Formats: sequence, structure tokens, C-alpha cells
Amino acid sequence: MELRFELNGKPVTAEIEAGELLFDVLRRLGCYSVKCGCETTNCGLCTVWVDGKPMLSCSVPAARMENHAVTTMEGLQEEAARFGAFLAKEGAEQCGFCSPGFIMNVLAMEKELCRDGRIPEKEEIREYLAGNLCRCTGYVGQMRAVEKYLRESRG
Amino acid sequence: MKKVSQAIPKVDSQALVTGKAVYTDDIAPKDCLIVKILRSPHAHAMIKSIDTSRAMKVPGVVCILTYEDCPDQRFTMAGQTYPEPSPYDRLILDRRVRFVGDAAAIVAAETKEAAEKALRMIKVDYEVLTPLLDFRKAKDNEILVHPEDNWRSLCPVGADNKRNLCASGKEEDGDVDAVLAECDYVVEETYHTKANQQAMMETFRTYTYMDVYGRLNVVSSTQVTFHVRRILSNALGIPKSKIRVVKPRIGGGFGAKQSSVSEVYPALVTLKTGRPAKIIFTREESQTASSPRHEMEIKVRVGADKDGIIRAIDVYTLSNTGAFGEHGPTTVGLSGHKSIPLYGKTDAFRFVYDVVYTNVMSAGAYRGYGATQGIFAVESAVNELALKMHMDPVALREKNMVKEGQVMPAYYGETANSCALDRCMEHAKQLFGWDEKYPSRDMGNGKVRGVGVAMAMQGSGISNVDTASVAMKVNDDGFYSLMIGASDMGTGCDTILAQMAADCMECEMEDIIVSGVDTDSSPYDTGSYASSTTYVTGMAVIKTCEKLKEKIRMKGAEYLGHNVDEVEFDGKKVWCPEDGSEISLKDIGNQVMCRNEEALFASEAHFSPISPPPFMVGMAEVEVDKETGAVTPIDYVAVVDCGTVVNPSLARVQTEGGLVQGIGMALYEDVVYNEKGKNFSNSFMQYKIPTRMDTGDIRVEFESSYEPTGPFGAKSIGEIVINTPSPAIAAAVENAVGVRIRELPITAEKVYREMKKQS
Repeated sequence: MELRFELNGKPVTAEIEAGELLFDVLRRLGCYSVKCGCETTNCGLCTVWVDGKPMLSCSVPAARMENHAVTTMEGLQEEAARFGAFLAKEGAEQCGFCSPGFIMNVLAMEKELCRDGRIPEKEEIREYLAGNLCRCTGYVGQMRAVEKYLRESRG
Repeated sequence: MKKVSQAIPKVDSQALVTGKAVYTDDIAPKDCLIVKILRSPHAHAMIKSIDTSRAMKVPGVVCILTYEDCPDQRFTMAGQTYPEPSPYDRLILDRRVRFVGDAAAIVAAETKEAAEKALRMIKVDYEVLTPLLDFRKAKDNEILVHPEDNWRSLCPVGADNKRNLCASGKEEDGDVDAVLAECDYVVEETYHTKANQQAMMETFRTYTYMDVYGRLNVVSSTQVTFHVRRILSNALGIPKSKIRVVKPRIGGGFGAKQSSVSEVYPALVTLKTGRPAKIIFTREESQTASSPRHEMEIKVRVGADKDGIIRAIDVYTLSNTGAFGEHGPTTVGLSGHKSIPLYGKTDAFRFVYDVVYTNVMSAGAYRGYGATQGIFAVESAVNELALKMHMDPVALREKNMVKEGQVMPAYYGETANSCALDRCMEHAKQLFGWDEKYPSRDMGNGKVRGVGVAMAMQGSGISNVDTASVAMKVNDDGFYSLMIGASDMGTGCDTILAQMAADCMECEMEDIIVSGVDTDSSPYDTGSYASSTTYVTGMAVIKTCEKLKEKIRMKGAEYLGHNVDEVEFDGKKVWCPEDGSEISLKDIGNQVMCRNEEALFASEAHFSPISPPPFMVGMAEVEVDKETGAVTPIDYVAVVDCGTVVNPSLARVQTEGGLVQGIGMALYEDVVYNEKGKNFSNSFMQYKIPTRMDTGDIRVEFESSYEPTGPFGAKSIGEIVINTPSPAIAAAVENAVGVRIRELPITAEKVYREMKKQS
């Protein structure tokens, strides 16, 4: 079947199988930042934005994206690099495999929780990002990067 | 400015944080055949026949391979230096299947859907055999996991397939029974650790293709690029010269990828079909047919005199290697070698071990590599000893811990040349507030907070074995190419080795480009495991740089018309202090590309006769719910002596990450089999690794010693950091609610049941 949606700001028409997952379609369309870590919606690696909200692309049928707007890290290069510099300064990207999904969620959190220059509490940040697993860092360096980034870009 | 000891971001960080296509699956050719494995539903069976005729009719299926298509020569998937201590006990596909999930057939198809459909249509007729599932009964059991005659053990490790023994041995110093009999206090207990999964975010994956020279090219997510070449040669029965292995970026390894788990399958498909092929393990496969930690049951006897001097330690380790022997003979050694030597005043020790085959998933290498299991047991026993003696466990350790300059009889008789364990303890005590918090605080809401402590050590590379070579060349305009054979798996070795090279060559990080591992062009390195890269490969970098600097000076002197001993090199130019003449490195780099017969290229190798241990102290505070037994981690303090810290932010993240994996092992991660040998821990739903809500606070500091044999004084950091949480948390639980859990993980159920027993 034919799927028409917006991908990183551009209209896209893609031929998809009826049961195909958004994750598979996105990688097929060359969005290699989108990773799969678990297949059971536990890890957060496949996080993309649908109409600006974070979603696990491994659990969304691609067909549901008709007329919706999907954003992957390929469409957020500048924003990713800006936060990514903080992450790299802490050494907390490590293997980097969970970084795209994690960063997509950090940027979504920034949009959602940091309105009017507000900086969320540590516990709020932890809860928002709880679905993003990372096996390398133990999360501590990630949290340092998030807090420093929010302080610097908000304050 | 010096680069060593600076928190320099990783050289590949920009690509990683912007999601560039740098991992195996991202760069695989789009026309790869998709390879899938048909896996055995039985823990132990013989394949009577396989009918693939219907499956072959599925549109898109290109080939289906069974045991009849595989060479009948056994090999090991363990990534170790030849001759490997791990037995040659497997075939790519075997008639005998040895665990639920063992490979029975390989399918290659144009699409994933076709491959999966074909899997369902292969008919295998199994003769189901009784499985051997209890590792305590495996030795000399009448059920043999490897009865075959072409099973081979290449090294004298006490292996005997007719007894289900993958390895066995005994080491001792002094008369441990006699000394224990003299001790005023003796603790004798048995501890049990499970087959934890490394659970790196990127599962096992490989793609293969034939190149223009008719050679098999293998691109794989591996820690042991060069070993994979040998393993594939052994498995496929083709010469090593016909194989090239390349490592792209890796999404984590933690030892899992020190075994060649996924490479053989697409390699065989490409050899048979001539077409590119790739395999991507599902998370379920990664959880059930991979290379997890060896389950161990460790019996410890530790005795002290009335003054609190620990006089003898006796350790018996029973290790479960599962269906195959990867890393079986070597992991078990560390359970004694890296636990007993923490105590420097013993008069005697004994370390006895058996490693047995069973019909569960094969074990492999996981960060800590046996030390983790041994340290859980010995450090737990020492905590129990302190309790028995009514002594503060920190004070007991302060009396007994190994000190700098001491000989460690249970650690191959090596001397602790660099050891800041005493400073680590003092620092941890202050930072944690041990004296205020020990042993526990009732929070008045049905919850009690208890604290626990543990020490740890590891090695830095495998002494007298691990070999690293490095090559470096000067390019035009004077920038350097640093070629390494060690596999950066996300840890940052490409970066820290470049930091070392930059200091040696007195240049900037930007002046050095690092190229990762390609067996065709990289200098040989055993690979990234055994905490070897910083220490062993780092020394190879220093040696190579020295040689290259000498060559630059010679060339500069020639161009200036001087003798080499009249000139100096300061990183930017070769110059003569006497007459002030000089030539820049840039000009040298460009001039050697014309009328030159001396390449500005150097390559040196290094091995170490010793493996200097890093040391550390960990202190845990946990909160235990008296109603439910639930344990919540509150605070963890770790102070590490890894020698000189080469990159503080990367070393810190290594430590924090290792601690959280250790906390997962202590509290959450469990591998559960049913009575037929089916593994229930087959997803992240069943096998819970810590999220950021499950860790408590983590605080890390360093107390550096200076290791005289290491690069810039450095030792290792990668593995030691996983070792302290299990014993420290078990002790914290005991100090909170008075129950001692000796089997990991420490779940609410176990704590609750023990509390019930006591009340």
C-alpha cells in the first residue's frame, strides 16, 4: 500500500506492507539514526517524533502515519549536535548506539517541560527519560550532560 | 598542553551524537541475503533428519544449510590467543543439539519475511535425549554433553569431555587446613551467581561478502577482530589468507563480543552462495543463544585470629560453562586469582575449581570475567567474618588489605608495584560517611537503611600472552596516521591511544587520525578484552612514537645537512640548537614524498610479563522495606586506583557504567530456566537491566597510584568497576534487616522469605 506522510519536513510517499512497522520503514528510507535494541518497547532506542511528540517507532504501524509528520535525528542535526556536545564532554555517549533515541527524548523533554525558561527537577528529568535504556554509562554522565545543557541553554 | 589526564571528548563523538550511519547494520549492502537460524526447542537431542524441501519453495529463499553442509572439524568461538585454552568443541551446525536455542539450520533469503516463513516450514525430526541441567550434578554424570571423539582440548587445563569437564585444577600455598584449624574465627559459606547477560544495546551482528580477489570479507560487531579471522578459518576450513575482518563502530560489548557469536552463519552463506549476507540477532536470540557470564557456585572458608588478622582463605569454584566451553577454563581462574590476593597477611590459601558442561546456553566472557563472581563470594565471606567477630568490616579490611610493594602469592607471585587501596578505603570512608552510617539507620517508616563495603582488583591485560602492535606514519603536511589493532567498542580506546600519541609526538589531537581495525591493514593486536588496551596497547603506542620520532629526526637532520645527534625534534620542527637552522615537520612530510627511500613509518609491538591490578573500594547504602523485603539502592560510592587516569571523563563513565551493571547483577538481573531447560529470560521484559530510576546516587572518585610498567603510569579500568556492588549490597541488606542472601540477585522475595524464617 501507499503511505503519504511528512518525514523531516518533506512530503514523502512510500510503498509499505500493511503490517510494516514505522521503524522498518524509516530505516528503509535511509534514517539510520533510528536503532532497535529490544523489539519489546523496553529500550527507547527507536524513539522518533510523531507530530512533535516522542514515540517508539518499533511499536507504531507505519500505516498510521498517513498525513502525520515524523521527525528523526536526520531532521534535527543542529539540535542534536548542540546537546551532543554536552554529552560528549561528559564522555557519556560511549558506544553511541542508544544516543539517537536518548537525544530525541531529551529534545522532546526540553520542548515539553522547559517552557518559559523553567528547568525541571532532577527527579522529573529521570522520570521523563526512564524509558531510554543505556548499558554503558550507568546514566550518571547522561544526567550531568542534560542538567548542564538545560542550565546553559535556559539560563 | 598535555593531552594525557585531560577529559578530551571521544574522537568519534560527533558522528555518534548526531546519529550517523556508522554501525554494522547501517553500512551493510542493501542487497544482503537475510540470514536466520532455526533453533532447537530441546535442551538435548539428536537430529534424525531435516526436511527442507517445503521451506525451499518459499519465494525468496536462496539456501538452507544443515549439519550436512558444515565441515566436521570442531572449533571454539572464544576470542583468545592461539592455542586457545577453550576446547575445540563445536561445529557450525551439529547433529547433536545441546541447549534450547542451539542452531539446527541456517536459512538465507532475499527478505526477512521469506527467511522467517521458511524457518517455520523446516521439519526437523529430533530424537529427544535427557538433558543435563543441574551443574552441581554434571561432573562424572552418565549424560555426556560432548561424547564425540573429535572433541579437543589444546591446552593442559584439566579438561575431559568424558567427565563433562571443561577444566579443573588446584593451586595452593601453605597448609590451609592446618592454618584454619588454628583460627579463632572461621566462616564457611557457599555463594551462587547467575549467568548474567551483557545486554549491550547493539545485539550480535555481522555481514559478509566476497571481494574482487575472491576473498571472504567480514564486517562484524566484534571485540576480537584478529581472532575472528582464525575462528572463521577453523570453522569454515579455509585458509586465513582468504579472510578479511573489519570492525566498524560497535554498540557495546562488555565481553559478549569476545566470542564469535554471529560471524560463522553469514560467512557460510556467502561462501556457499557467493552473495552478500547479513545476520542481525534479535534481542531474544541475544538473550538465549549468546555468551553470558559463567554461573558459579563458590564455597569459601576464611579464617582470622582473635586480633582480626585474616590468616587463610580456601576457595572452591564450580563453574557452569553450559553447552560449550568458550572462556570456561580461563574465567574460573580469576574467581580465585583476583579475590584471594586482596588480603595481604594470609599464611595459606587454596583454590580448587571445576568447570562443567551442561545443557544450557554456553557461557562466555563478561566484564569482570570470573573475578566478579569470586569477589562476590570472598568479599561476602569477609563481611560475614566481620559480623561474627563484631568488628567493623572497614576496620577488618584496613588491617588485612594488600599494600603497595607486597608480593601476592595467589596472584602468580606478582608484586603490587602500584597500589593505593588503603587511600581508596580512607577516601571512600570520608566521602560516604561510613562511620556515621554503619551499620544501619531505622527510617521510622517501616524502612531501614543499611550500608556495606567491598574491595576489588582485576588485571591489566593477560601477562605473557596479550600482544599489541601499533603503526604510525607521517603524511604530507606532517599529520599522523595512527593504526591500531585494538577494537574500540565504545569505551574510547581510539581516543585515549591518540591522547598518548599526541603527548609522545608533542602535537594536537587534530594532528592524528586514528584508523580502526581491518585485519588486512592494521597491525596485530589480540583485541579489546582482559582490560588490556590502555595498559598493553598504550605501551605499544609509546614505543612506536619513540621510533617514529627518531626517524623524523634522521630525516630532518639529512635535509638540514647535520648529523642526527646535532638536531632535536619538538613536535613542530627539527632544528639544530647550534646554528639555529630548522625544518618544519610539514616540510619534512612533504619532502619525503619526493626522491625518498626511507619511509616515515614505525611499528612496534608490546607484551607485559606482569598484569598490574587496579584496585578499588565500593560502599553501598540501600533501603530495605521491612514489610516486603524490597531493596532500593540509595547511594553508592566508589574510589578507584587505576594508576594514572588517562581521560578523567571516560574513566568516570566507565566506572559509573560498571557500577550500575553491578547493581543490576546484585538486585535485578536473573537468568531463569524451566525444568526442561527453556530460558525464560528472553527479553528486556523478563530480564530487567537497571533503568535510570533503579540505581540510586552514584559517586565516583579516583586515588591514583603510578604504575611504573604502564603508559604514563596507567593501569586498567574497564572491568574492575563491576566487581564491588554485589558483595557491598548483600552486606548492606544484612546490616539493614539481618538476613544474608548468598544467591544473586537479591530480590524482595528472597529477603522476605529469610526475614520470615527469622521471625
